Amino acid sequence: MIACWRKGSIMDFISILSIFVMACFVGYYVVWSVTPALHTPLMAVTNAISSVIIVGALIAAAAGGSLTAKWLGLIAVALASVNIFGGFAVTARMLAMYKKKER
Amino acid sequence: MEHTAPPAWVMLAYLISGVFFILALRGLSSPATSQRGNRFGMAGMLIAVVTTLVTHDVASLPEIIGAIAIGGGIGWVTARKIAMTDMPQLVAAFHSLVGMAAVLVAAAAFLNPGAFGIVGEDGLINPVSRVEMGLGIAIGAITFSGSVIAFLKLAGKMSGAPILLPLRHVINLGTLAAILGLIGYFTVDQSPWIFWTITALAFLIGFLLIIPIGGADMPVVVSMLNSYSGWAAAAMGFTLHNTAMIITGALVGSSGAILSYIMCKAMNRSFISVIAGGFGAEAAVSSGEAKEQRPWKRGSAEDAAYMMQQAESVIIVPGYGMAVAQAQHILREMADVLKKQGVSVKYAIHPVAGRMPGHMNVLLAEASVPYDEVFELEDINSEFAQADVAFIIGANDVVNPAAKTDKTSPIYGMPVFDVDKAKTVFFVKRSMGGVGYAGVDNDVFYMDQTMMLLADAKKMCEDIVKALQH
Repeated sequence: MIACWRKGSIMDFISILSIFVMACFVGYYVVWSVTPALHTPLMAVTNAISSVIIVGALIAAAAGGSLTAKWLGLIAVALASVNIFGGFAVTARMLAMYKKKER
Repeated sequence: MEHTAPPAWVMLAYLISGVFFILALRGLSSPATSQRGNRFGMAGMLIAVVTTLVTHDVASLPEIIGAIAIGGGIGWVTARKIAMTDMPQLVAAFHSLVGMAAVLVAAAAFLNPGAFGIVGEDGLINPVSRVEMGLGIAIGAITFSGSVIAFLKLAGKMSGAPILLPLRHVINLGTLAAILGLIGYFTVDQSPWIFWTITALAFLIGFLLIIPIGGADMPVVVSMLNSYSGWAAAAMGFTLHNTAMIITGALVGSSGAILSYIMCKAMNRSFISVIAGGFGAEAAVSSGEAKEQRPWKRGSAEDAAYMMQQAESVIIVPGYGMAVAQAQHILREMADVLKKQGVSVKYAIHPVAGRMPGHMNVLLAEASVPYDEVFELEDINSEFAQADVAFIIGANDVVNPAAKTDKTSPIYGMPVFDVDKAKTVFFVKRSMGGVGYAGVDNDVFYMDQTMMLLADAKKMCEDIVKALQH
């Protein structure tokens, strides 16, 4: 079974895995540095950015070949867009509320 | 169709997009930099979308723009209109959409693998890609069905009480094992039935995992689903070899995991016991016990106004009950009047004061409470000993000293505010009958220095403001 996993694809996989592992560490330290007062906006904005999955949806929607795949892609584009626009907008709305004491 | 590497600038563009997402989260380290962070996030998303569109032969641009417009419009309007108290269910609903999008993308990749560049020389989908797709669709489906249940529970459209099926641990573990086994088998046989069975089982397990979890544990569940939505995006990023998706997935995955950890710690629950579910069912039973009658003192709005005017420092401990009574604006007015009279006023926030991590901070910010007057548990707890007045409004379990002393209490070990050390305690509560989420009696009610202010939180604050202005 391993024989059919081309050498190139294994190397691709390892390099991508490296990015992933490093990003997990970055995520760990960046998230711990987020002030607890902003944990709700953190959730809203992570929600918005996890909709980067729209990249996959766009590829499916743009490609010819399978009509079903195209429509699944288009629905995914719409769902991810709800999240992108909604997520960033609601985060911006919340962050605008945080004000310092007037001195 | 053989997978050819995209041009270097494309890979760089996705990398920049990923870095912008890191900066978006980095901005949240302080309210002062947070809005710039959010703009980095938007820029990162724009880069990712534009790069994808210009590097693919887009056969259907009008449809795509239509889909973005419809989805974006719905999202935008919802974000404008949503009440801040409803934020937990909004976030749960958004998680379900990410989950569903992941499922649809994985399904599209399975049906049209050529478009995703994941077909090997033998004409079959690469085995590595099959594992990634299997994981992507499974995590996506769990995120979707789990989030739908969390949304229904948070929105009150479904009872918050845990639903306990017999043998649920056996069923859940069996289903999980079946999903993993099928993903493994999928690498040697790419028959459609395997793929769709994985999908169906994953939808089912998401549903089964969340129904036994009680309403009080929803902050952990929402955080956990946040984490899952990230892992789903990361799995699809592996399939597409897309750096932006992988970085984002790792960030979101870590973020949700850390928030779940913080919430569990704040409730002194282990993550496993939350996931196993059933909390809230036992508590409902223990609250049925007959309680001994102990003497307590009742105060009036005038008493509270007088004592707080005389005080040097007042610490306000708000809980979710305050938000339910919509008392946050009048509470802030009360604090403003006191500050004008030279009293130092601070707010003390417990991590579980709201319905999701940081929820109470947003509710206070909405009521124009300056964020530098709001303090976290560990930063302010030592100050109660010097405080003249602790003003507890809509909170209960988070000030219960039983968490420190009574080993038999269901909340034993949970970090709580040391309000019992303050010189005077005012406890705003609707009546003496009700108890907190955990269903336990609170010794603070019966202390010598405690005065119970029995009224609706909003009404009581209004009366105190009137009394202060005399």
